[in-house]
Amino acid sequence: MTTRRRGIWLVAAPLLALLLWAVVYPNIAIVTGSLVDGASHWGEFIASPSDREALWATLIVAVGSVVAAVIVGVPLAFLLTRVEFRGRRALAAVATLPAALPPLVGVIAFLFLYGESGVITRGVQAALHLQHAPWTLTGVPAIIFVHAYTMYVYVFLLVSAGLERLDTTLEEAADGLGATRWMRLRRVTLPLLTPALAGSMLLVFMNALGSFSAPYVFGGGVRVLSTQIVASKLNGSLPLAYVETTVMALGAIAALGLFRALERKRSYAMVGKGRGDRLVPRSGALRSLTPVLSLLAVVFLVLPHAMVVLVSFATDGAWTTQVLPPSYTIENYTRLATDAQLLLPIRNSIAMSALATAADVVVCFVAAYLVALRRFPGRGLLAVLIALPWAIPGTAIGLGLASTFDRNDPATLRLLLVGTFWILPLAYFVRGIPLVATGVEGSLKQMDPSLEEAARGLGAGWWLTFRRVILPAARPGLVAGAMLAAVTAVGEFVASVVLYTNANRPISMEILAQIRNLSFGTAAAYSVLLILLVLLITVAGRLAEGRLPNAEGVTTG
Amino acid sequence: MSAGTLSLDGLTRRFGARAAVEGLSLEVARGELLALVGASGSGKTTTLRMIAGYERPDAGRVRLDGADITAEPPQKRNFGMVFQHYALFPHMTVGENVGFGLEARGFARRDREERAGAALASVGLAGAEQRAVQSLSGGEQQRVALARALVIQPRVLLLDEPLSNLDPTLRRATREELRATLHHLGVTAVFVTHDQEDAFAIADRVALLQAGHLLQVGAPDELYDAPASRAVAEFIGRATLVPAMLTDGEVMLALGGVTCSCIARVPESLAGAREVLAVLRPEALTLASPDDNDAWIGEVVERRFAGALTAVRVRLVGGGELELASPDRLVRVGDHVAVRVAREPVAVVAP
Repeated sequence: MTTRRRGIWLVAAPLLALLLWAVVYPNIAIVTGSLVDGASHWGEFIASPSDREALWATLIVAVGSVVAAVIVGVPLAFLLTRVEFRGRRALAAVATLPAALPPLVGVIAFLFLYGESGVITRGVQAALHLQHAPWTLTGVPAIIFVHAYTMYVYVFLLVSAGLERLDTTLEEAADGLGATRWMRLRRVTLPLLTPALAGSMLLVFMNALGSFSAPYVFGGGVRVLSTQIVASKLNGSLPLAYVETTVMALGAIAALGLFRALERKRSYAMVGKGRGDRLVPRSGALRSLTPVLSLLAVVFLVLPHAMVVLVSFATDGAWTTQVLPPSYTIENYTRLATDAQLLLPIRNSIAMSALATAADVVVCFVAAYLVALRRFPGRGLLAVLIALPWAIPGTAIGLGLASTFDRNDPATLRLLLVGTFWILPLAYFVRGIPLVATGVEGSLKQMDPSLEEAARGLGAGWWLTFRRVILPAARPGLVAGAMLAAVTAVGEFVASVVLYTNANRPISMEILAQIRNLSFGTAAAYSVLLILLVLLITVAGRLAEGRLPNAEGVTTG
Repeated sequence: MSAGTLSLDGLTRRFGARAAVEGLSLEVARGELLALVGASGSGKTTTLRMIAGYERPDAGRVRLDGADITAEPPQKRNFGMVFQHYALFPHMTVGENVGFGLEARGFARRDREERAGAALASVGLAGAEQRAVQSLSGGEQQRVALARALVIQPRVLLLDEPLSNLDPTLRRATREELRATLHHLGVTAVFVTHDQEDAFAIADRVALLQAGHLLQVGAPDELYDAPASRAVAEFIGRATLVPAMLTDGEVMLALGGVTCSCIARVPESLAGAREVLAVLRPEALTLASPDDNDAWIGEVVERRFAGALTAVRVRLVGGGELELASPDRLVRVGDHVAVRVAREPVAVVAP
């Protein structure tokens, strides 16, 4: 027993040290940095009208995005799991498509479509013979619009999964007791979906809170905390940036705490067999209308992807006031493949995300194994550490690393990484930790713990038990987590914007640079490449999970 | 309580090409307890779900007091249903669960609480209103589910494997309790079970289903003593089926070189038949003295303690085996014994 416990510590201690150093230390640096001159920078923050405005806007964007994502995601989940209609399969096939767009690419696509010189905007303007664009894609509504498109997928996926798992006899029991459809929904179905709904709302809230690309690209005059942080850093007022970062992280942690409290109250094991009969609407009018509505929804969902592909073939600089780009070429792609300077970001992104994912897989597998299947002092701390990066917005992770690893100082355990290649893989690694760890933990918790004991009882040594029992049990979560981590890393933008240098710039930064340069075609070509990379990772993940991709379940990115 | 008379007329339900239930007709009288018994996949749950309205029959009618309710949704039927896993709402208290049906019927909160309290008391759970569903034991959950189904004063009460999740001791006690409660309330009830002992202990009549067809319906002793077919004889209780010749109300059993004749219970459907199978129940056979001329001689090959009686399997000298239940505990494996029919008439079925 004692030797076994010492064995655990041999692994757990360095692991804890690594996580404390890479995850906790930078955050402490941010908080202490915000207090460098006492409370004066906090006073500065409170007194600053622009920061107050940013705080409000951030909250409005976060809450608004949650509301919008719920309004789109919940009905769609009900529709696709509960109702049979013409066009259902097509809609189901593309419903998760927005998740395949890295955040910045989604924003760019919306710019091409609905921006002031976007295709749809120009199209409507031309059709109605308007003098000006019929709308502007700026400010809070625009940010929420894009967020609704990219983030409803979380709500849709989690609520759909909740509905699939829902014990349908509970709904039948309500029917049998005479409940109307509305009473059943209000008193039985929705309360039972609370865990899924709350979980997805939290996901959206966290993402919207730390969202950078949408506010940055078409925030117009609107400031949010993430853009303020970057602006403060660029202005050289680092302590203020630390205060802003702390405030944002506190918001995220508060949301997480609220969710955990809700989750504890409302979590039920489901028994019984579900029966998945889909309802067929009886009304003839509804029946003839559904294919049209489905088609519209499919078009809306696919349009951003299609638009990025279209623009990637547009000649740079030629698309100015026309509805559609006037001339097409494959030059954008050939340039990417031949120009060393343009090729560099692609090589960077692939190398950096591969490194980060590999490190995530190794570290998180061990950590999650210890958390899920071992009892030892320090286990609780480890559990918190592997979940922590999830609660910290990407900008905060970026800034924390920037302020911690900016010099070589062995006394304070600091290393000079800023300005080197390694800082971005480190940031991606930190962001990937909770994704891989929760995946593995989930899989291992589903495993019957006596399996490991059974294997040992049959005389299997540590290595055989690990290889033949633990690893296969952990595989689904490990693969899914690694897939998510790789997808997030390859299109990462939020932390990159704080940490990149010209030499290690990732694809996302290059897209932004090309947009600024009005080289829309090149930016779109990069975007298409990024989408392809995401697809490639997804397919690879599916193959590793032992199943081929199916149309209805592209995993969220 | 307004118990109703339920009648099923040619109910058929197909899943794809497979018929889960085919041409099922049954009558359940007011206040009667009917058990639907069958192996898994026999269509008993599908039948129950059609009665409840969760499943729409492809053909046939469900009538309540003569009125066709086939097309009525479950909400309108006013039937009480106890689900196999009870389907208690996990996010509500016991009291809210029981009051749910009353809430749906627009009862005021006070009235609801009063009735729910009374219903809980009637199943022996007085004062449990505030308890969380997840804190209940299996037996308590079953009783809450029963109270929830009864409190709406159902026209028909439906129970899907109501005892399958209880441990054996609790199960025996619950059987009697359930029968007493339902009889006391005078409610018309249909319940599904794969366990014939449950069915015999609770039901007034038992309907035996196999592969979607109704094999026989009748009182428990009817099914046991006068099985309508070989399938019924094989499913209900234990029995050795022995080829026999029917002559004039008598049945000639030729087994192990010894022929014996017994009085037969011949159903109308077998009037005039000659070759039949005699249904020898273990307790209708007895160990006899070896010099009995009418007895079969054999050797005990298995002996199993089974409570009041001892289960004995005898391999006959001339071939074949018989299973009997004997009060004699001194029998040992290897003993040479004689066996004869102790109780007549003997049931016969078509081979």
